[in-house]
Amino acid sequence: MADLKVTVAGVELQNPLIAASGTFGFGREFAEFYPLRTLGGISCKGITLKERPGNPPPRIAETPGGMLNAVGLQNPGVDHFIKKDLPWLREQGTAVIANIAGNTPEEYCEMAEKLSDTSIDMIEMNISCPNVKQGGVQFGTSCTGVESITAAVRKHCQKPLMVKLSPNVSDISEIAAAAESAGADAISMINTLTGMRIDIQTRRPIIRNNTGGLSGSALLPVAVRMVNQVYRRVKIPIVGMGGISKWQDAVEMLLAGASALQIGTVLFSDPYAPVKIASGLNEYLDRNRIAKVSDLTGQVQLW
Amino acid sequence: MKYDVMLCKITEKKQLTGDVFDLTVEAGPLAEAARPGQFAQIYVPGKTLRRPISICGIDRTTKTLRFVFQIRGEGTAWLAETKTGDSLDILAPLGTGYDLGDTRRKAVFVGGGIGVPPLLEAAKPFGENATAVLGFRDKGNVILKEDFEKNGNRVQIATDDGSCGHHGLVTDLLKDLDFDIIFACGPTPMLKAVCKLAAERKVPCQISLEERMACGIGACLGCACRLRKDGREYYGHVCKDGPVFASENVVWEG
Repeated sequence: MADLKVTVAGVELQNPLIAASGTFGFGREFAEFYPLRTLGGISCKGITLKERPGNPPPRIAETPGGMLNAVGLQNPGVDHFIKKDLPWLREQGTAVIANIAGNTPEEYCEMAEKLSDTSIDMIEMNISCPNVKQGGVQFGTSCTGVESITAAVRKHCQKPLMVKLSPNVSDISEIAAAAESAGADAISMINTLTGMRIDIQTRRPIIRNNTGGLSGSALLPVAVRMVNQVYRRVKIPIVGMGGISKWQDAVEMLLAGASALQIGTVLFSDPYAPVKIASGLNEYLDRNRIAKVSDLTGQVQLW
Repeated sequence: MKYDVMLCKITEKKQLTGDVFDLTVEAGPLAEAARPGQFAQIYVPGKTLRRPISICGIDRTTKTLRFVFQIRGEGTAWLAETKTGDSLDILAPLGTGYDLGDTRRKAVFVGGGIGVPPLLEAAKPFGENATAVLGFRDKGNVILKEDFEKNGNRVQIATDDGSCGHHGLVTDLLKDLDFDIIFACGPTPMLKAVCKLAAERKVPCQISLEERMACGIGACLGCACRLRKDGREYYGHVCKDGPVFASENVVWEG
């Protein structure tokens, strides 16, 4: 049995598999399948300062090797989360990460302050939601934007702060460096790639929002490349995500430079995927006589 | 257990029309937990999303579930190619089904096309107290008529071209019927008309909705539908809050 424990920004996870924000709700629906302590952690559904109704349907479209979504950050607001969801999550025996999104730096700061007074393990700052006009992505696509919002939130955040990056930028390593220099403790990447599908009968986009975020296996090579670029640019740990659906993908992402992983879209076809990936990872490590999973991080040998 | 994933062996498979198929699977605990109006998410190899298929029949003695589905795209086309003895990876039972209440009431089950299957199991306990009013494109597309008759239900058929039963809409047939409650599933224009009639007659009405869906369990919030509660409108979700809703709670969006 290899050591699957990893530490990200001072937070110890029993294994590197974290449920990705937006695919796992606040965990209750998946607790029907297995104890949530099977997971290294849960990144909760993105929350905002006030409740958000979300986008009109359709919000979902399948694509080759993936899917588009434009849910639009439907959530009950940070206070509801702290009161109704966090106490239950806390009892599940896994790390709890709050994912926050806002319209203004002040909103991010206020949420960070509120969450700093709770038992949350980490804050993931979402500055990369592509599906709402003001869901943070306006801060996430320029170095100056990332630097100023990260620095602002850092002052109000007493918890480890992870910044979730958008892949819809020209040089993601510069964005990551900006987050690092402004005080981020970790990077999570990548959020979805913006996409569109069109119904050829009606000539309308399938998604009511016209565009949506692409996730699923199709994203894996893009995510692996970007994680490796960022790994070579920054010193803070990276939580890698984007299209991981089996243990082999997880190994790739770790080799590229990730210290931990988020698992998202594959949960829709196989809710047990994180359990299977953890056991596949363990067997791979044993077979290759690697003592701990953290020994894989960044070990790709580039040509 | 509320729901779980299970490999289910196909015990029976029939083709009902040109593009409608009828599958029965051994589903053990999933069949024991299932309620009329709930649905299953069936895994299709190589696809990112499972296919939501309504449950047409529940047999607790044989622990089987029956699905009657139409080929709509690549996923359901794959499902139509499966054979008796093959296994399907099924996540079920999901959602909130029909609330049958007192089955001595006079009930009408209104179905349109591939919306008919989820009504069959719900109509069963009503026996002769129920009338199934079923609409189809034409005679060749009529499905499950004998199955409702086996339930002891009265059956009335409407077709768009008049090749079977009434020439016209199911709502034409409803005008001459007397009933205490409506259960409906079918295309949106039909559901809207049925809800309007229910409101006019002040009869409770439960309708089953469809929406593009991902997780099927209420986690991803993909399958939004506009609902109303205590005068306030919001987005609920077909997979968890539904697929069956009280008609007065549904807000129709243009």
